[in-house]
Amino acid sequence: MEAAAGPMRRRRPPGQRGRVIEARELTRRYGRTVAVNGLSFTVRPGVVTGFLGPNGAGKTTTLRMILGLIAPSGGTVTVDGVPFRDRARGLRHVGALLDAGDVHGGRSALAHLSALARGNGIPRRRVDEVLAEVGLADAARRRIGGFSLGMKQRLGIAGALLGEPPVLLFDEPLNGLDPEGVRWVRGLFHRLAAEGRTVLVSSHLMSEMEHTADDLVVIGRGALIAAEPLAAFAARGTRRNVTVRTPDPAALEAALAAEGGAVTRESDGSCTVTGLDASRISELAFRRGVLLHELITRRSSLEEAFMELTADKAEYRAGGSR
Amino acid sequence: MTAMPLADSRPRFTDLVAAEWIKVRSLRSTYGVFAVGALVSIAICANSARSNVHLIASSADPAQQRTGIDPLHAAFVPEAYQILMVVAASVGAIAIVGEYSSGMIRTTFAAVPARRSVVAAKAAVVTAVMTVYGTLVAASSFGLTQAIYDAEGIGLPIGAPGALRAVAGAALLAPVSALVGMALGALVRHPAGTVVAAVGVLVLLPRLFEGDTYRWVKEIGNAMPYSAWAALVENPAHDMRPGGAEGGMRPVEAYPVTITEAWIVFGAWAAVALLVTVIAVHRRDV
Repeated sequence: MEAAAGPMRRRRPPGQRGRVIEARELTRRYGRTVAVNGLSFTVRPGVVTGFLGPNGAGKTTTLRMILGLIAPSGGTVTVDGVPFRDRARGLRHVGALLDAGDVHGGRSALAHLSALARGNGIPRRRVDEVLAEVGLADAARRRIGGFSLGMKQRLGIAGALLGEPPVLLFDEPLNGLDPEGVRWVRGLFHRLAAEGRTVLVSSHLMSEMEHTADDLVVIGRGALIAAEPLAAFAARGTRRNVTVRTPDPAALEAALAAEGGAVTRESDGSCTVTGLDASRISELAFRRGVLLHELITRRSSLEEAFMELTADKAEYRAGGSR
Repeated sequence: MTAMPLADSRPRFTDLVAAEWIKVRSLRSTYGVFAVGALVSIAICANSARSNVHLIASSADPAQQRTGIDPLHAAFVPEAYQILMVVAASVGAIAIVGEYSSGMIRTTFAAVPARRSVVAAKAAVVTAVMTVYGTLVAASSFGLTQAIYDAEGIGLPIGAPGALRAVAGAALLAPVSALVGMALGALVRHPAGTVVAAVGVLVLLPRLFEGDTYRWVKEIGNAMPYSAWAALVENPAHDMRPGGAEGGMRPVEAYPVTITEAWIVFGAWAAVALLVTVIAVHRRDV
């Protein structure tokens, strides 16, 4: 909350916490299927929180319950202490991009955003501002039906930003964006968080979150797997790997074996060492006079941590080897 | 994005009405349905008047033929207004179903969680637009048909007994049908299904409750918007029932719809349709 600008703080009673999203025992059943099962988590302001889970884990159902679009079968979820459906108008409280396709293709981007802004009593100039911000100013008068998925994503983000809300939700926002778009969106999320806003971003790809999220809420089959900082989650993963390049792999193997370092030779000529960290490897190699060309610590274990923890929680899998 | 939240404004219903007006205005498909519906309805009425003029001209006894024709009837040909009912119901249905089938409804309710207010604003816009539309169609077909009849000297002025009431009744058929279309759209939530349901309820259902054999059957039929319309566009100066001005040219109707009943039927359908729409949209997940 430290980064929050003046107006927001002044309006809030002193001592009260920021605008958190709080789910308590949130449950949603569809017939006999339990889409979300007793989910409890808190999303705090000032950081980007990644909402992760395999396909069918219940992410979208949860986001829709936060927005009051579908009613929980049990439990509660509040934004800033209030169930979202109790708000008369939403855009100044929560900005959301759920599905870029949730628009009427027959309207222009300008008409779409103008209607949203007008209904929330947001001045017309904000429409032009957000269109410029997401890079759609030139396409403002074109029919949304002719937009690419990436352009629709940008339009959805524009709609979420309209009310300058303290809480923002994005469901799979990186889908369909080109590399430049992905970089822009990540920068945007970080900036929104730095401004003290609460930012929740869902994804089914851990790799997307690696450079985006600070905190993680991980779910599988509708239940909570982890809710913690990204670094803590990564630490749960497999042992760390170090990639080493040397002209004499056999000598390296011999040098590290005594200390418990296992060397695997890769097809590209490099070696992957597990069981020792980079500084220890360097020290042992130096003592034995083994020449090293490259020494890199691999931290891609985040993806592995995710796969390991959600392995038995994936709803749909190829091959049926369950 | 500079300051944190925008200055909070008090939620105003008029803002929602303005937003819904932007939505209706910005859809080209609506204009197409409007234009085609109006042209077809007016053309059917004009053609009816034109062929009656032809009938008089080619008749052996033009004077007798002239008095036998009810000039008001050509302005309000049933088929033309059945088309108007379907067009109006479709426009009302599009306003709701268009949001559900495109997914826009989620964006709408995420922006305005007060769903009942959204539906009320939508209904207000649809009612206003369709009242203007219905008035245009009814007034045009009245003006055009009576202008055609003026060639034979039997055209009615708008001040003629029952003429203004007929135009008003025919005009209001449009917003009533549109609200029924909205309600069916909220229940069915599927474009084709909604139009089928609208044709069933507005056009076919009255047909099932005709005839004077059983009073209750006729009374149900009398409670239909189409029956109310038929009563309102009746020419009081051209009463062909026994004892009427034309004296017994039409069989007696045992349980006719009175003018008061007709207005009540319009009001009741509009109110119930609005209520059904509000409740259906409010309760269901999107």
